[in-house]
Amino acid sequence: MQILVCVKQIPDPASPSSLDPDTSRLVRPPEQVLDDTDRYGIEVGLQLAEQTEGAVTLLSMGPTGTMQGIRQALAMGVGKAVLIDDPALEDSDALTTAKVLAAAARREGFDVLVTGVESTDGYSGVVPQMTAELLGVPALTFARRVEMDGPALRIERQTASGFDVVLSPLPAVLSVTAGAVEPRYPTFRGIMAARSKPVDTLTAADLSVSCDPGQTVVSVAPAPERQAGEVVEDSGTGHLRIVEFLEAARVV
Amino acid sequence: MAVWVFAEATERGPGEPALEVLSKAASHGEAVAVYLGQASGEALAVLGAHGASTVYNLTGGGDLPAAAATAALAELVERESPGAVLFAQTYTSRDVAGRLAARIDRPVISNAVDVAIDDGCTVTTEVFGGTQLVRTAFTGPGPHLVLVRPKSFSAEERGGTVSRVEEYPLPDAGHAGSPQVVDTTVEQAEGPQLGSAKVIISGGRGLGSAEAYSLIESVAEPLGAATGATRAIVDAGWVPYAKQVGQTGKTVKPEVYIACGVSGAMQHLVGMKDSKRIVAINKDPEAPIFSVADLGIVGDVHHVLPRLAETLRSRD
Repeated sequence: MQILVCVKQIPDPASPSSLDPDTSRLVRPPEQVLDDTDRYGIEVGLQLAEQTEGAVTLLSMGPTGTMQGIRQALAMGVGKAVLIDDPALEDSDALTTAKVLAAAARREGFDVLVTGVESTDGYSGVVPQMTAELLGVPALTFARRVEMDGPALRIERQTASGFDVVLSPLPAVLSVTAGAVEPRYPTFRGIMAARSKPVDTLTAADLSVSCDPGQTVVSVAPAPERQAGEVVEDSGTGHLRIVEFLEAARVV
Repeated sequence: MAVWVFAEATERGPGEPALEVLSKAASHGEAVAVYLGQASGEALAVLGAHGASTVYNLTGGGDLPAAAATAALAELVERESPGAVLFAQTYTSRDVAGRLAARIDRPVISNAVDVAIDDGCTVTTEVFGGTQLVRTAFTGPGPHLVLVRPKSFSAEERGGTVSRVEEYPLPDAGHAGSPQVVDTTVEQAEGPQLGSAKVIISGGRGLGSAEAYSLIESVAEPLGAATGATRAIVDAGWVPYAKQVGQTGKTVKPEVYIACGVSGAMQHLVGMKDSKRIVAINKDPEAPIFSVADLGIVGDVHHVLPRLAETLRSRD
């Protein structure tokens, strides 16, 4: 079975982020990291490959930079990566991203295309569905558990009140939630091997995708700040202070 | 310019997030609801009361209706040329919005907290944990597609009625529409709900263990509060996802939000910072949660919560 896993390199969430004042784009340093939530998709991809004697390929769009994030993903045990890095795609919105991923998926061929639910930096949360629509396949979204069931995929799909068990034929797009699986840690061997794994780089033209986001940022302004209130050290009576507060708020 | 609102049926008719968006659309003028699921007279009355003058009722379809609903919606949009189609950011609506954008080749803007519709359409979103507001305008032809975060607007009854209903059977979506739901599990049916409770008490990593979540429940019970959680403890498997508050979970705006052992990561703050009042209990005086709290208790949740539960119970 051919499994594609979409991942994204993002600015380290532990460092302060900013928007470029001229373009309103997120400033992306060369040393981006793997979006932590992508580790779940990689793990699901690797498990499906192990169950079906399949192969996993990473798909990633964005500035390659130092490749730190891609190496993190390869170190988990993925065989190879296809990167789409093109300055012409700098203004991409979710739909342009989906067009790129769908075109790359068609080029590689796939039975399952795995994604996260949303990236940590942009969090539009619609790229998996768009990609599925472009590819004409089911979108098995918000999966919290995934397994093969004969030739079909069986997932638990999150709902507002719990979850549905969904059975789907392949090929399909699958978006997995953080917490769906326990991602494996890269081994020392994996980290060493990641350095020499095949990495293909494509441009927008290779995939015949052009970038026209159809939207423009008109303003960026600080949100009204919430004022911090009273902070007290608990010396055994903190709970009484909370009860007083709840009384004042008329909720007890 | 007519504004359309996509609304999915829930067990109780139109869902609250869709009604919030419909109320907003109606405040701009003519509002049309596209209702997915068999619309009862009661459901139509609710849609009308919240401002829908016309309802397109998408009926039939398979277990996961997003692909078929997209096909139907694309046909209707082509026929009627609405100026904008708004969606509440719920699971199925998110699937339909994404698919529709790809199908009709129009951008969609997600995570909207405000929408201004006149000749064009400008959408406000929050970035960096809600510290910055970004306004984005669509530059191409409509319909403009927007996904709105729940609780961005209030659902208001305007006293109207639906004057026209068109039933629109869902087409066969082929392979894309072939998944089947073979079982359904409800994890959080009883008790106060995050969406409507006056008081919410949430736990984070500072609880230390899955078992310690019972401390949250012991305070929630005498308060009649709903119980929530951070992504960290949902990912860790301590509590079900249905309890998650934050960017990837629910957005809540209760009268009082009590955050226990919650550090205040951006991901969490986005979902609860608009609560009317916030109480935080955390042993780390530097925790970012204190910067948004009206009352901060620097202390150990394992000491404060049992005493709080005891005091609240003794009042009843």
